[in-house]
Amino acid sequence: MLTDAFDAARGERVGILDPDGRVLRPDLLPALTPDDLRRVLALMILTREADRKALLLQRQGRLGTFASSLGHEACQVGSAFGLRAEDWAFPYFRDMGLYLTVGYPLATYYHYWMGNEAGFRTPDGLNLFPFAIPVASQIPQAVGAALAAKHLGKPLAVLTTFGDGATSEGDFHEGLNFAGVHRAPVVFVCYNNQWAISTPISRQTASASIAQKAAAYGFPGLAVDGNDVLAMIAAVREALDRARSGGGPTLIEAFTYRMSHHTTSDDASRYRSREEVETWERRDPLARFRAYLAAQGYWDQDFEGRLGAETGARIEAAVAEAEKTPPASLEDLFVFTYKEIPARLAAQLAERKMQLGGAR
Amino acid sequence: MNLNMVQAINQALAQALAADERVVLLGEDIGPDGGVFRATEGLSERFGTDRVMDTPLAESGLVGAAIGMAALGLKPVAEIQFLGFIYPAFNQIVSHAARLRNRTRGRFGAPIVIRTPYGAGVGALEHHSESTEALFCQIPGLTVVVPSSPVEAKGLLLASIRSEDPVLFLEPTRLYRAGKEEVPEAAYEIPLRRARIVRPGADLTILAWGAMIPISLQAAEEAAAAGHSAEVIDLRTLSPMDEEAVLASVRKTGRALIVHEAPRAFGAGAEIAALLAESALLHLKAPVLRVTAPDITVPLAKSEAAYYVDAGRIGAGITRLMEF
Ligand SMILES: Cc1ncc(C[n+]2csc(CCOP(=O)(O)OP(=O)(O)O)c2C)c(N)n1
Repeated sequence: MLTDAFDAARGERVGILDPDGRVLRPDLLPALTPDDLRRVLALMILTREADRKALLLQRQGRLGTFASSLGHEACQVGSAFGLRAEDWAFPYFRDMGLYLTVGYPLATYYHYWMGNEAGFRTPDGLNLFPFAIPVASQIPQAVGAALAAKHLGKPLAVLTTFGDGATSEGDFHEGLNFAGVHRAPVVFVCYNNQWAISTPISRQTASASIAQKAAAYGFPGLAVDGNDVLAMIAAVREALDRARSGGGPTLIEAFTYRMSHHTTSDDASRYRSREEVETWERRDPLARFRAYLAAQGYWDQDFEGRLGAETGARIEAAVAEAEKTPPASLEDLFVFTYKEIPARLAAQLAERKMQLGGAR
Repeated sequence: MNLNMVQAINQALAQALAADERVVLLGEDIGPDGGVFRATEGLSERFGTDRVMDTPLAESGLVGAAIGMAALGLKPVAEIQFLGFIYPAFNQIVSHAARLRNRTRGRFGAPIVIRTPYGAGVGALEHHSESTEALFCQIPGLTVVVPSSPVEAKGLLLASIRSEDPVLFLEPTRLYRAGKEEVPEAAYEIPLRRARIVRPGADLTILAWGAMIPISLQAAEEAAAAGHSAEVIDLRTLSPMDEEAVLASVRKTGRALIVHEAPRAFGAGAEIAALLAESALLHLKAPVLRVTAPDITVPLAKSEAAYYVDAGRIGAGITRLMEF
């Protein structure tokens, strides 16, 4: 058990690869086929490139305010990779890699950030809540879903993700406490990317780690190198398995870095140093994993070239689709307020239609 | 000096900090970052991080802490990043700040100011555009203030900081950088609980606040061309409301158009309409009319225009009232 072997209170952190992609802990390598490994790489590349594209579109005025995930590829893909179709996820707003890993359509993801209501619709069959913008509010919901699964006798696990800032909110503490008391089958993954907008982790908590907070709620906490996708997969898988088999909740702290600004409305250079960003650039999760795959003989320039072309085509297609989808109709803005539209709201809709001259 | 609303607020905060050492600011990212809208820019450098305090990401914690600070004599001004994120603190505001005076039979009050941007019209992300002022207006003990220009913002904020009661100070995001005006350099206060006549008129009264003021003025100017003289009243303090000013104007003009960007049902407009029905009925020449957003969730950016109140809709309201 990783949670027995690594003591977060003593500053121990699970890592399998070093920053150059060399295997430090072969004993901890998760069981993955070569195809799995290539799929993980493909998802990480897709996450990074789709993110870069979103930043570009934002600068061109084709997409609104955007929260970039650059640097989070390993912890996001690594967390979601262990999910099964019957599991549930309650993510927060900075989790593109999770979305793409569970099969969420990229065009729909873009829709949301383009300000089109079409982006609200989770495809049928995906057990995925819309990501929460109010910080930490998804955490108690994930606990509730986990308790329901237990109540209904469904052997599934629930994953919820959030940033380090979220650990200051009441919802975080209430959610974790609730989960501990009721042994909910839930996995809490905190992407500790060192900053909550301009607030560094040192001003967010006086704990030496986020992971050790789990002890106060009565369940295991584990700190993981969040830029090491294999460590993330191993840790989250173990926690999901524990949840599914009745072992209760786990808190995982993915130690990582937000490479970009908080959002496209933010200017991170106001509050953090160039040197700090450069230190983290040298710990790039993608470069590390590529190096590992190359050493195993699963990666070469040829493969990268094919992957790059596929990824590029997929992103272009998603952008084209997202941009050709018209914004929501007036009806669409009204009819999802209630299951059945109340009479006075129907009247307001009719009035609004008249005012807008049937233009929409 | 020519200032926009954010700069006027910044100047008011700086002057309050300089004038009274009991004033402290607290909030998320308000320190070196200067707040997400830069309203506190430069203040932590000037007054120190003990007086301009970055807090953990915890709205309930920071408002609760402000109440406790006030108990020991400080004058806390808390910033909530957006009105849409105030709800974790709702319990502290509603259950404690607003009723502390009552619960202690006057022994303690909660003289805190909670500043927060609010409102639609800038194509912001989900949860960043709501106008839920009415939720707070129904809470006895709470004062809800909404400025509509840089000059108003500075004077009302300084008065709010001086207030002995808790004030929710709602800053219309749309007006933050919408324009500059000459703002007196020296500190000044605009009394709370007093509405102002922004534009005098004889035929109808437009009752509005915040970001609805500039577009109401625009609609009033357009109506003047058609021969309709609209008086525009800026309520400024929504609760407790300046009922006398509302009644005096409507008794004079005989027609009332209430404009708010919040959804219509159970909104502040309903309160004003009820007031007029109770106390000005025989002066009315037409039914009281509301121009508001529909009762739906604020749409995402691409569809915001379908939601938002604009001068055209206000103009149509004026015509309807005048042609009744
Ligand atoms: C309840 C609430 N308060 C404030 C905000 C504004 N806000 C959005 S993101 C953010 C920082 C979040 O930091 P963290 O939880 O560490 O996640 P990260 O953005 O670093 O991924 C803040 C303060 C919000 N969305 N919700």
